[in-house]
Amino acid sequence: MIKTQNLTKHFDGLVAVDDLTFSVEPGEVLGFLGPNGAGKSTTMRMLAGFITPTSGTGWVGGHDVVGDAQAAKSVLGYLPEGAPHYGEMTVGGFLEFVADLRALEGGRRKQRLDYVIGRLQLEGVFEQTIETLSKGFKRRVGLAQAIVHDPKVLILDEPTDGLDPLQKHEVRTLIAEIAREKTIVISTHILEEVDAVCTRAIIIAHGRLVADDTPAGLRTRAPSGRLEDVFRAVAA
Amino acid sequence: MKPVGIILRRELASYFSTPLAVVVIVFFLLLANVFAFFLGSLYERGQADMVSFFRFLPWLYLLLCPAVSMRLWAEERRSGSIELLLTQPITLWQAVIGKFLAAWLFVGIALALTFPLWISVNYLGDPDNGVIVAAYLGSFFVAGGFLAIGSFTSSLTKNQLVAFLVAALLCFVLLLAGYPVVTAWFETWAPQWLVDCIFALSFLGHFENIIKGVLDVRDVLYFALVSTFFLLASATVLESVKSR
Repeated sequence: MIKTQNLTKHFDGLVAVDDLTFSVEPGEVLGFLGPNGAGKSTTMRMLAGFITPTSGTGWVGGHDVVGDAQAAKSVLGYLPEGAPHYGEMTVGGFLEFVADLRALEGGRRKQRLDYVIGRLQLEGVFEQTIETLSKGFKRRVGLAQAIVHDPKVLILDEPTDGLDPLQKHEVRTLIAEIAREKTIVISTHILEEVDAVCTRAIIIAHGRLVADDTPAGLRTRAPSGRLEDVFRAVAA
Repeated sequence: MKPVGIILRRELASYFSTPLAVVVIVFFLLLANVFAFFLGSLYERGQADMVSFFRFLPWLYLLLCPAVSMRLWAEERRSGSIELLLTQPITLWQAVIGKFLAAWLFVGIALALTFPLWISVNYLGDPDNGVIVAAYLGSFFVAGGFLAIGSFTSSLTKNQLVAFLVAALLCFVLLLAGYPVVTAWFETWAPQWLVDCIFALSFLGHFENIIKGVLDVRDVLYFALVSTFFLLASATVLESVKSR
């Protein structure tokens, strides 16, 4: 599970994330919504142990992301925004590298690598360097990296951003498939995605939590019943 | 400390994933030989030793080491892969050390590939090979100091070229501070203790013994301290930039 308690981040006097408290239970897929610059990525980066909160903290799988970062990171799968990668590495070499860092060994290592390579259809590009791949494939490599160790908690920052409709559908299917026992947070700009995969949605604006509800519950907040209108009303 | 080894391996492999590594090594070897034979008059001196090679080595390092270390962090920052790396279950310090060791090993390989020079000297005369081994070891430690500075400048920027130039400049200043011309100039106005301090802090002051094959604990300690200092500085810079 994921929990945050008064999570706050200041950048040179600018408040990026402001006193954010929420929690996500296993089996939930939380949609993390908000306009650009609302603090979505900053929140995710703090939970992933990349940046340190100014005050407050969070827990990933019960481990404090500030006090016990190593333990928190080891139960988390994380896809950073834009799915950065090591361009000069081959897909195979990169996944082996992550498997090494994740301390996967023996039969389980082989089983997990086979699974992600098969599930994300990376067999055909296994020997290719990542920089030569299309955007869709680069994203798949990023996702493979995030789930290779079968983490209990997944944080995906805009996993479908820039993908074509077919690829978007594939990613959503994957998320739905692995969602059952996991705690998942995905950030997105695409409101239809919330309906497609999320069991719950949080909207943040200016670093503050402005709505927390099921997609259906959110929809009742606008007379039109459209998520877009709810989003515009609360995030303005 | 297993992650250090994993990061070291990835980093070293990525050096050799492009022809650039080979170009850098070939260039280094060419220059090393040109310097030793022409500037260092390896033949004309009529001495069976490698002083003419080691004397110019710090100047070669000035090109080689920043070129090897410039991408360590600048490239991670530019491409954003730093976020991928540091959200793995490793510490920042392990990443800093792993990357530094990869660069150090790379320079070690380049240094080892100057062995034909050693063979030549042995073929032509009867050198004191103990002295030469000690000089090689010492030179390897010196490379560590240069590369730690390079790691530091690479952590400061997303631009590899900037990392290269600033590292070369910093190393140049540290080298030059021990040069007789510079120390003589300082002696004209500065008190003796300051001149001694500057000399003690300079690379060259500690390299003189190493060329002679004298591995003094103080010299080794000096380069170990310089390396540690700049690696700590790298980690401090990275800690602050990743939070921005």
